[in-house]
Amino acid sequence: MSTPDTDAPPRTPIAAPPAGSPAPAPSRRPRRSRSWHRWVSPLALLALWQTGAMLGVIPERLLPSPTTIAATATDLLGDGTLGAAIGVSLRRVVAGFAIGAGAGVGLALLAGLSRWGENLVDPPLQMLRTLPIFGLIPLFILWFGIGETPKVTLIALAVAIPLYVNTLAGVQGVDARFGELAAVLRLPRAGVIGHVVVPGALPGLLVGLRLGLGSAWLALIVAEQINADAGLGFMINSAREFLRTDIVVLGLLVYSLLGLLTDAFVRLLERRALAWRHGLAPA
Amino acid sequence: MAPRTGPGLTRPPVPPVGTPPPDAARLRAVGRSFAGRAVLDAVDLDIGAGEFVALLGRSGSGKSTLLRVLAGLDQDFDGEVTVPGPTMVAFQDPRLLPWKRVWANVALGLGSARPREDALAALAEVRLAERADAWPLTLSGGEAQRVSLARALVREPGLLLLDEPFGALDALTRITMHDLVLRLWRRHRPGVLLVTHDVDEALLLADRVLVLADGRIAHDVAVDLDRPRPREDGRLAALRSRLLTELGATRTGQP
Ligand SMILES: Nc1ncnc2c1ncn2[C@@H]1O[C@H](COP(=O)(O)OP(=O)(O)O)[C@@H](O)[C@H]1O
Ligand SMILES: [Mg+2]
Repeated sequence: MSTPDTDAPPRTPIAAPPAGSPAPAPSRRPRRSRSWHRWVSPLALLALWQTGAMLGVIPERLLPSPTTIAATATDLLGDGTLGAAIGVSLRRVVAGFAIGAGAGVGLALLAGLSRWGENLVDPPLQMLRTLPIFGLIPLFILWFGIGETPKVTLIALAVAIPLYVNTLAGVQGVDARFGELAAVLRLPRAGVIGHVVVPGALPGLLVGLRLGLGSAWLALIVAEQINADAGLGFMINSAREFLRTDIVVLGLLVYSLLGLLTDAFVRLLERRALAWRHGLAPA
Repeated sequence: MAPRTGPGLTRPPVPPVGTPPPDAARLRAVGRSFAGRAVLDAVDLDIGAGEFVALLGRSGSGKSTLLRVLAGLDQDFDGEVTVPGPTMVAFQDPRLLPWKRVWANVALGLGSARPREDALAALAEVRLAERADAWPLTLSGGEAQRVSLARALVREPGLLLLDEPFGALDALTRITMHDLVLRLWRRHRPGVLLVTHDVDEALLLADRVLVLADGRIAHDVAVDLDRPRPREDGRLAALRSRLLTELGATRTGQP
């Protein structure tokens, strides 16, 4: 600081540190540089699995070895089966997610910004929240048949509810004193929403986004188990009929890989969108 | 309303001769009650254009209530309130949006053609130009309060309301803030109402010191001394003990 003020030292940010890392920054660095420690046990398990399969302790029919699964993955990628299946499943998730996210955030803003909006929107959504959504599948099949519609609807619902709940909590948690500030600065309503409400609700929205993505993948897996003629679930189910355990396991690995990827994407988004919490200097 | 100059421009210390500019604020018989309990009873108050007024009062005497009425944040009052020019507030907490960089906080809702340039000019006035791109959570308490002042002054208010803006700062920072506020006031000449519980602060800064008690302006003391005012000035000491007596006397219910 170039001014000769005798200011108090910077206040600590109000945001809580990320869960599971209560240690201050200096002591975190050595821990990060030794992050390979965290790879030891998974790699050991993988080696154990491979050895067990090669020694015949783990029957190939029940759980194929990692090398078999890798070979299957290469095959299915080569002939385009895996790529096509992933494409179909991704399209379902993307469509369901877009619809569900739009509805969840939109309804949360409606409920969070006006009293009548809350009275109108909140009761049915709270009721929907307590409903086990996978119990709706028979109803969806009766309503929408067995095409893409029931699958996309299920995913959309699974996404919308956590996004609604967390975004609404975020909107309602925006400091009321900022509303007073907006009144003093004569911000128009659109400015209040754009500059105060939405950014203030963003931490909650992003929590909802991560939860929503998690349940989107879960809903996809469930929906694809019921009835599908394409996609990862279809690939897994057909493989089961032909006792191709390797393809079943491969399908599961792809599911979890896709889940990991989207989670990493939201984390990245969080780091960028909530940079103000950590007081990061401009890039 | 007299035309207002842009940030960074100096106004003449003496207003041009001719029709006097209207008062920055004018209150007549203003009352405000909460749940049947009158906090403001009958407040009469004039703040002249460019006048620096300090408002003292015991905690809970209704200082913030009066300020919120003047700021237009509270509409449920009785009586008459006239505030011709734009009004700005610097709250006790700096109230910066943590998700907007410092300059964007200053420029928030500023309807100017070049908001960033105007914000930077205002930040330069409070000597914080180099922190323009910082996040508010990285500022010290004094720095954040200076940003809050810049945000208020960039709008060239006719009336600037300060609600114990230095209350949370350490004593040394407070002294530099006093100098800064006086400098900004001389340059922009808004009418100022400074709410404070600090008698010395009121006497160092204000043209006029008011005491709010029992829902009314109980005392109105002019401070006709040149600034800067040395704290140990004998006339200040006399005013100080008088005000302290009056603040204390209000406790025992004397008029
Ligand atoms: N919104 C409100 N509802 C009820 N009582 C209030 C409200 N705002 C202020 N008061 C009461 O009015 C009195 C004056 O408060 P305030 O103006 O904040 O005092 P000061 O700023 O002088 O310390 C207090 O007794 C306070 O409890
Ligand atoms: Mg107060």
